[in-house]
Amino acid sequence: MRIVVLIKQVPDTTDVKIDPVTNTLKREGVVSIINPFDMYAIEEALRVKEKMGEGEVVVITMGPPQAEVALREAISMGCDRAILLSDRKFAGSDTWATSYTLSRAIEKLGDCSIVFCGKQASDGDTAQVGPGISTHLNIPQVTYVKKIEKIDKNSAVVERMTEEGYDVVETPIPALFTVVKEINEPRLPSLKGKMKAKKAEIVVWKAEDLGCEPDKIGLDGSPTRVVKIFTPPPRGGGRVLSGEPEDVAKELAELLKKDIVG
Amino acid sequence: MDYLLTEEQQMIKDLCRQIAEEKIKPVAAQYDEEAHFPWDIVKIMADSDICGVYIPEQYGGMGKGVFELAIATEELSWGCGGIALAFAATGLGTFPILLYGNEQQKAKYLPDIAKGKKLAAFCITEAEAGSDAGSIKTTAKKEGDYYVLNGTKQWITNGGEADVYTVIAMTDKTKGARGASAFIVEKGTPGLSFGKKENKIGIRASATREVIFTDCKVPKANLLGKEGLGFIVAMKTFDHSRPGVAAQALGIAQRALDEAVKYSHERKQFGTAISNFQGVSFMLADMAIQVEAARALIYSAARMIDSGAKDVAKVSAMAKTFASDVAMKVTVDAIQVFGGYGYMKEYPVEKLMRDAKITQIYEGTNQIQRSVIASSLIKECLAKK
Repeated sequence: MRIVVLIKQVPDTTDVKIDPVTNTLKREGVVSIINPFDMYAIEEALRVKEKMGEGEVVVITMGPPQAEVALREAISMGCDRAILLSDRKFAGSDTWATSYTLSRAIEKLGDCSIVFCGKQASDGDTAQVGPGISTHLNIPQVTYVKKIEKIDKNSAVVERMTEEGYDVVETPIPALFTVVKEINEPRLPSLKGKMKAKKAEIVVWKAEDLGCEPDKIGLDGSPTRVVKIFTPPPRGGGRVLSGEPEDVAKELAELLKKDIVG
Repeated sequence: MDYLLTEEQQMIKDLCRQIAEEKIKPVAAQYDEEAHFPWDIVKIMADSDICGVYIPEQYGGMGKGVFELAIATEELSWGCGGIALAFAATGLGTFPILLYGNEQQKAKYLPDIAKGKKLAAFCITEAEAGSDAGSIKTTAKKEGDYYVLNGTKQWITNGGEADVYTVIAMTDKTKGARGASAFIVEKGTPGLSFGKKENKIGIRASATREVIFTDCKVPKANLLGKEGLGFIVAMKTFDHSRPGVAAQALGIAQRALDEAVKYSHERKQFGTAISNFQGVSFMLADMAIQVEAARALIYSAARMIDSGAKDVAKVSAMAKTFASDVAMKVTVDAIQVFGGYGYMKEYPVEKLMRDAKITQIYEGTNQIQRSVIASSLIKECLAKK
């Protein structure tokens, strides 16, 4: 059974600055990590492989050459091999072009039973790439998976988190799952894994290796146009009403009438 | 400071720090309070290949030595000196097998220890035999294919939790220290039992118990080396394990320094951070000097032992004595930097002081260490004549 995990290298901070000129994230001086949600995807892929007792876990990312570091970290946790999709032609990809490119890589790899993704990336927060890939590949998708109840070579039963609780979904395999943090606790790397990761060959695939149609990748293949990215102004300070509960309730009601109703 | 670690050594250090930071630190205060043995952390160490770092590759380990054992212990102890002991004391219990075990014994016991499936414990101390190891009362009487052990070992780290016990017992009482022998005893052997868990001031997440032998029949195949070698086994074991105790002390001291520096920068009095007061800042500087000096000494001693040098008792004792004295001093000073908060259990430094104290006492008190160092000095002096 071949299991694919898709990961993304993201800046390790929740306090990223935006370049006001280019409307892109300022990445200089920010340490890069594997997108935290993707760590759960890696862990679940490894667990499924261990449960099945055979197969391989292939980790794939699309990014600049330095994204190799993220792939090596995934190998140190136990992934069998890694593929980096890196080409200047991929630059400027939106979620549509990204999911197209990643789906091409999965097709080229062939014979993939399950594709795992984190539910979303901590930098873009779109949660679109996973579902996009399943659409390009024409395989079922289950998003926000919080538990894999049963899995074999032909089907899986998973719990899908919703706002009210969870759905139990049965799906044929191959399928794509995006996972939430409730699904597991990612393992630490092992020493042997770290040593293997250091020596591992990271295969690089370019646009032509994937047979990508040129108008479907990179900026040209991206229908999304980012008009403006900005930091919303901080909210003004709140006000604490104090006094006897009855008086405070009256005051609050008046304020609400004035500010919201009126 | 750059200690010229190899890439692999750096990996071991980084991984152990990651375990300490992410897995040990968050539970350390609770495990200390509840005297909870850290099997969950042992599992994490095992999955990370840390348990077998000092065990040869042919027995499933990483094939490294005392140096790597020390850097791993240092970083794990930064998280908690008690939790780290599940690993470090297993090293102590395993050295007799590594140093004196025959091929069958190594093949039988080392792989499970390397994989972290089993912990080990070293049993020498008794109620009336501490520093004076020659006065051991536990006996091992040969009967056919077995040795029958009788006696009680005291304050055994990992006691009751470990599966493999290396035990020093007297095969011939008339010969004193030369009548001692070393054995491997498996948990579950009839006649092996455990006394109550000791209630300690520090390293509370570590189990310290009596190990009791009552007509305990041990196969003669479990004799380490030969009869009469027990005292030598113990001494050589300590020579190899003391850098580990030193590293435990170092990890605790480093944590105390880190906490003190951080706090001194955050705590404001008289309108400024207390780190701006020379009285405090000089304390921090002195703590840092001592910690770094301890590290340099431990790393040098460990490298010397791994190089196969013959007389390592002196440097091993020096590293243990110096680092443990440093740990005691630095942890007390860290409490002083924290002031009243340092005296409170809600803050992390009082535990560091409690954990540090044992390192001056066990695996040979620092007074015994100084005796070892001094007698080496005299021996070296005489050899020159």
